[in-house]
Amino acid sequence: MAELAMQATALVKWFGEGDARTVAVQGVSFDARFGEMLFIEGPSGSGKTTLLSLISGILRPNEGTVMVEGRDIWSMTSDRIADFRLNKVGFVFQDYHLFPRLTTVENVAIPLILKKNDWDKSIDEAMEYLEIVGIKDRALLPPVKLSGGEQQRVAIARAIASHPDILIFDEPTASLDGETGRKILDFVKKNILTDKRCIIVVTHDNRIFEYADRIMTMEDGRVIGFEQGGGREE
Amino acid sequence: MKGILKIAYKLLVNDKGKFAALLVGITFAVFLMVMMTSMFSGILHRSSATVLNVGAKVWVMDPAINTPANNIPMPDYVLDAVRSINGVTYAVPLYSGGALVKLRSGAYQSVTVIGLDDSSLYGRPELLEGQIEDIYGENAFIVVKDAEFPKLQNPRVGTEFEINDHRGVIVGIARVTTSGLFGVPTLYTTYNRALQYIPSTRFTTAFILIEPKNTTAIPYIKQQVKALGYEALTKDEFIQKTSRFYKYQTGVGTNVLIMTVISFIVGLCISGQTFYTFILENLERFGALKAIGAKGRELVYMILFQASFASLAGFGLGIGLACLLITVARLRMPSYAAMTTYTDIGLAFIMVLIIAGISSYIGVRKVLKIEPFDIFRG
Ligand SMILES: Nc1ncnc2c1ncn2[C@@H]1O[C@H](COP(=O)(O)OP(=O)(O)OP(=O)(O)O)[C@@H](O)[C@H]1O
Ligand SMILES: [Mg+2]
Repeated sequence: MAELAMQATALVKWFGEGDARTVAVQGVSFDARFGEMLFIEGPSGSGKTTLLSLISGILRPNEGTVMVEGRDIWSMTSDRIADFRLNKVGFVFQDYHLFPRLTTVENVAIPLILKKNDWDKSIDEAMEYLEIVGIKDRALLPPVKLSGGEQQRVAIARAIASHPDILIFDEPTASLDGETGRKILDFVKKNILTDKRCIIVVTHDNRIFEYADRIMTMEDGRVIGFEQGGGREE
Repeated sequence: MKGILKIAYKLLVNDKGKFAALLVGITFAVFLMVMMTSMFSGILHRSSATVLNVGAKVWVMDPAINTPANNIPMPDYVLDAVRSINGVTYAVPLYSGGALVKLRSGAYQSVTVIGLDDSSLYGRPELLEGQIEDIYGENAFIVVKDAEFPKLQNPRVGTEFEINDHRGVIVGIARVTTSGLFGVPTLYTTYNRALQYIPSTRFTTAFILIEPKNTTAIPYIKQQVKALGYEALTKDEFIQKTSRFYKYQTGVGTNVLIMTVISFIVGLCISGQTFYTFILENLERFGALKAIGAKGRELVYMILFQASFASLAGFGLGIGLACLLITVARLRMPSYAAMTTYTDIGLAFIMVLIIAGISSYIGVRKVLKIEPFDIFRG
């Protein structure tokens, strides 16, 4: 069981009340394992983003548990949940959410600074992550001056800066051309994925399924199947 | 903590347009408030010029007197009665009144004449030229070298003039700490000469100045003077009474108050509005920070820091600008009455704190409400 990074059980999440109630996630159970790339796919509105939020400490489920390191994250105080997001989870948001008024390297340093590290040390460390994602030479530019693919890399550098166990990508290739998208996934698989980390990717883009170890398909808030992905090397 | 505030600082300052607008709003508000209240402070200060310059500890006067410029003479027996009160070391009369001077050029100029008690010269000014004893000389007057001095055509020791058809001669030039409000020069002479030269009513004593044995004697003195039907005020009480008169019983106070409130509201609107837009525009950033793992508390600190930083910077600029303007204005117009007191600065500071407080309150409410999930969904 030690290789489980996260175990979700019977998650339910609905929005609104009465007639207006939409159940976005209806009783989803699954786990994510260290060293794997888990893809979540399914039609629009099937509850993928909602599910990601439930397991990453962003959105509280109405029912169910999310066990990480033997504890249900949703039984913790909100400060502890914030710490969980900061220390255990790395997010690459769909539209990146980079800070246009900060330089690229400052953007990457944000999680380190939130962890109360010294400013200069955080910047130095952020520089290393920029080097890993290959855009160190853009460090002092504002992110708006960067191309879409480069911004994606900045977002990845920021996500890994906090040494997360679970790395979450929402539609990582949605705003990239096919070539760049594949390059990024290839890069992530080779350089970011370790056997102490699991990467969960939500995507519509079947061109990148080849990088998945497992693919979980959702429909209408439910999991309707698991497949081995193209990347499974067993 | 420091790192987060540095992020907050960069988010604020790197947004040059908004930051400039914020600064301008607060600077402008502080500038206006300080100018208004400084002008008022200057007026108040000058309205008490005589009290400050004469410097007596306790003043006896008719209760209807509002300012040292008022003049309701008291009968002579009051002086004797005051002198016999226990705790009074000595009590002397002070003459204060207006007169008309005819200068050598033939021009007329009204002046304030202060008549000092002949035997003690209590309340005498500091002399720049001449000897105080010369005040006993024939027709002797001492002129005060203040902003109004040139109106007497810059007299020197020996300069002669006519005062109410009497001959007058300048025997000394004095310096005082505070010039008067009403733009008339001041002449000092002896009490008796003042009575002699200036037509007066049956009663002649404008004020009685008391030197009490010690401060504990003052309440008793006040009580005894009250029994005589007059009022004894300490220097500070008299200054306060004068201030109250100008604040509440003349148009000056109300108008200044209204202007101050208006500048406050204008400043509050500009800065509050700009800060609010700033927060709205950065809501997504705050949401992203929250999603990444910033605690609500930390976001509150960021906003408080941003609001206080902008406010304090604007406060400093506003005060600086006001002081600069007042200094320049004083160089050009010696009788310009504005005076920036610590009270004025404190008042502006409190208003700035209120502006910062309201702005951050609005910002904090907004930011605490954002759901990182909404950021996540895009
Ligand atoms: N805040 C909300 N209020 C009400 N309904 C919501 C809210 N968030 C999500 N929903 C609903 O929950 C369902 C699942 O939404 P979700 O965003 O998780 O889908 P998704 O699979 O990520 O879709 P997409 O592929 O378009 O991103 C949708 O029907 C959506 O309308
Ligand atoms: Mg989605």
